[in-house]
Amino acid sequence: MPNPKRRMSKSRTAKRRTHYKAHSPALGVCANCGEVKMTHRACPSCGYYNEKSMFIPKS
Amino acid sequence: MRHGVKGRKLSRTHSHRAALMNALATSLLKHKRIKTTLAKAKEARKHVEALITKAKKNNLHSRRHVMRFVNDKDVVKELFSEVVPKIGERPGGYTRVIKLGNRMGDAASMAILELVDYNDVITKKAEEHKEKREAKKEAKQKAKSEEKDAEEAVEEKESKPKKRKKKDEE
Repeated sequence: MPNPKRRMSKSRTAKRRTHYKAHSPALGVCANCGEVKMTHRACPSCGYYNEKSMFIPKS
Repeated sequence: MRHGVKGRKLSRTHSHRAALMNALATSLLKHKRIKTTLAKAKEARKHVEALITKAKKNNLHSRRHVMRFVNDKDVVKELFSEVVPKIGERPGGYTRVIKLGNRMGDAASMAILELVDYNDVITKKAEEHKEKREAKKEAKQKAKSEEKDAEEAVEEKESKPKKRKKKDEE
């Protein structure tokens, strides 16, 4: 079976892994209540999406 | 390669998946709006829309066909007698998926799946918008017809020099 010829150095491994990054979520401001919310999702604090009430929050 | 592969397996066997789709369809038609994961909502949408389109035919054959996929007789009755007339002449697109964000626990993205015609808040607003749009359209058409008269006069003047250009190229 084919196998790697050389041991992968720590440096090469680390260099490859420099591209493994965590991304921060896309946040926006709710047009209805002004609270910070995730974009393209209904606002969890007021239940509005696209200026329309989608659900009434529990509190 | 996954070219042209449609649908999601939802980590289930074929029969398990079919049962899930039927259960989701039944509860959507029963409650008009359900909360589920985004992936399930998107799959269920496809299933339910086909059933509603079938139900629009409103004959015994279509009723029996729908009965195969909906687990509740009363729900089928309601679908044919109440939901279909309410939908009217809408050419598909009977459902709406609204994303909600991630669930606590497993961070699955959640969504609301609902029948479009049963969201009273939105249908009210849509009617208002429609009235506004129609009023705008009428105003635009009036303006356009006036513009056209003006444009036609201009075009007649422009068409003559164009013909001359073509002759030059030859």
